[in-house]
Amino acid sequence: MSEREPILGRIREALRAAAPKPGLLSGPGQRVPAHEKRPTDFRPWLPAVGESFDERAALFAKNSAELKTDFQLVADRAELQTKLVALAHAEGWKKIATHAGDLTNFAFAALGMPVVRTDSRYDVNELESSDAGITECDALVAQTGSVVVTTRSAGGRALSVLPPHHVVLARRDQLLRDLPAAFAALKRQYGSDYPSMMCLITGPSRTGDIERILVLGAHGPKKLTIFCL
Amino acid sequence: MSTVAQTFKETARRLTRDLRHRELIQNALGKYYVGRDEKKARFQNWQEARQAAAEIKWDAVNHLDKYLEEFVSKLEARGTKVFWASTGQQACDYIVEVAKKRNVRSIVKSKAMTGEEIHLAQALEKSGVEVVETDLGEYIVQLREEPPYHIVFPAMHLTRHEISDLFTKKLGTAPTDNPEELTMIARRTLRKKYCAADMGISGANFAVAETGMISLTTNEGNGRLSTSLPKVHVAVIGIEKVLPTLDDLALFLPMLATAGAAQAVSCYNTFIGGPRQDGESDGPEEFHVVLLDNGRTRLLADAEQRDTLHCIRCGACLNVCPIYKNIGGHTYGTTYMGPIGSVLTPHLRGLKEWKHLSFASSLCGACTEACPVKIDLHHHLLQNRRNAIRCASPWWEKLIFKGFVTLMNHPAFYRLGVKLGWFGQKFHWLVKGTRLDPMYAWTQSREAPPLALHTFKDYWRRKKS
Repeated sequence: MSEREPILGRIREALRAAAPKPGLLSGPGQRVPAHEKRPTDFRPWLPAVGESFDERAALFAKNSAELKTDFQLVADRAELQTKLVALAHAEGWKKIATHAGDLTNFAFAALGMPVVRTDSRYDVNELESSDAGITECDALVAQTGSVVVTTRSAGGRALSVLPPHHVVLARRDQLLRDLPAAFAALKRQYGSDYPSMMCLITGPSRTGDIERILVLGAHGPKKLTIFCL
Repeated sequence: MSTVAQTFKETARRLTRDLRHRELIQNALGKYYVGRDEKKARFQNWQEARQAAAEIKWDAVNHLDKYLEEFVSKLEARGTKVFWASTGQQACDYIVEVAKKRNVRSIVKSKAMTGEEIHLAQALEKSGVEVVETDLGEYIVQLREEPPYHIVFPAMHLTRHEISDLFTKKLGTAPTDNPEELTMIARRTLRKKYCAADMGISGANFAVAETGMISLTTNEGNGRLSTSLPKVHVAVIGIEKVLPTLDDLALFLPMLATAGAAQAVSCYNTFIGGPRQDGESDGPEEFHVVLLDNGRTRLLADAEQRDTLHCIRCGACLNVCPIYKNIGGHTYGTTYMGPIGSVLTPHLRGLKEWKHLSFASSLCGACTEACPVKIDLHHHLLQNRRNAIRCASPWWEKLIFKGFVTLMNHPAFYRLGVKLGWFGQKFHWLVKGTRLDPMYAWTQSREAPPLALHTFKDYWRRKKS
């Protein structure tokens, strides 16, 4: 039996005594006075990001380098095609996985190799044995070097995390300034009907669990490549 | 003295002298300090950000009933099954039941401290289901059959050699000194598990009330895989995890990563609001959220320490604690270790048996300063000491303090006491360092400085006259 009412009852009983608001005490760690109202705009405190596209792109590139994400600005579809084909050749891709979309359809046509599609039910083992997962995205975040994907924009839940190489195809207008902008964009895009999964991907999968030594590709992709058109 | 306190003292004494242990901890944390300070410096104002985070958590915890109801109604509207559990046992029973109903044979589990708290893996294994921890550190300590050493870095007490030996013994792989190869062994082993598992279990770092979503942070991607491939997903969440709005994550995700793992943001921050929806090609058919009380409402009722429920389990207070750095994570014998564990555990498991943890502190305040949500940790440790004395103070301690009060309230007695002390100290050498020494607790590891015959009071009186 679910204990919903007993737990809510205990909570209400407990909250009858008021707790002091943070920032009213003195002492270490209490150096900043309390705000009148609970803050909603975090921009003045979060890491700074420039306004212009060039500043955003430069910061995204800098963060990508640190995260070991391969971030490339490409001029047009012709250049994207060249780069994709070169990448596929260099890594010896034999099979890719992707979903339906304007950019992904183009990439699939450009590569012309066996494909696993995740638009409807698919075989997990087929996806697992693909050499790369190619997806679109909802946004790129300059502040953190993150890619925003959802089940709707990036072909479900597993496509962006199961194959060993995740390739993201993004448009320049998707490169947003910071995290507040990214959450605002998700809200605008989906409103009250959110996809069942949304994810902020920041760099290829990593772990430091053995002697705090960074290893890429712990469980998810070992490589993350972002082409921004 | 209770046995847990005794074990604690003995283990602590042993480990503080273990130089190899110290070296491992220093190595792991040294890298963390450098990265954390660098990431903190990127914030335009870290202290303001902390204050804002504390205020948001205050709002959430002090209107917990309202936000929980909002969170649950949003989740249920999209087909999630929500179970409210007063105790760990109820939570375990429910999850075992779900596993039975769906004929679950194997489970992949993403790191969840709530799971450790209620011994979920053990309960499931007892019912005949295989449970595999997928976080690399957790997987390693699971193979060693021991609890995690740290909230965020579960295997920080092991060298690559020990991990290689472990893998050789348990998985039959060739020995290697290369951390990357060791990680790839785990990757290959666990990939098969993900694809075959019938159920995925996770915790949650935040529960977003506004949109009815859990926010799950991992670096390895195990959280994503555990919640994408199996047909059932169960998330076990403490009731205090709520955040009012989705936008709040813009503040909390970078703060959690900076304080917890010295990263700008963690690799995968995943927001899950339900099982697979119509039109989606994958994801679990069932999504269960288990909301866990297990003593939290008792802590909520303590207004003085209610801010302990603001905790986002980043582990920053462990990393700076001189006690944790010396005695390590297993010594505590608790699910949550370090300063936050010392404050929490007496509330969750009883003050009488766990009050010794309130004394496992130098009261330096480093934990309070490190906490990204400004929990007043070192004062709470003092408050727990006070509470422990209130509920059970031994008669001899009462007597000593009565004597002390008399002494301090009567200057003549005090002066006499100081002179007697000076006189008595002449004979101290007779018993010094032995069990008969009234100052044994002090002198067994330190010198007792001599009391002066002429005190400051005498000097002051002479000078005035």
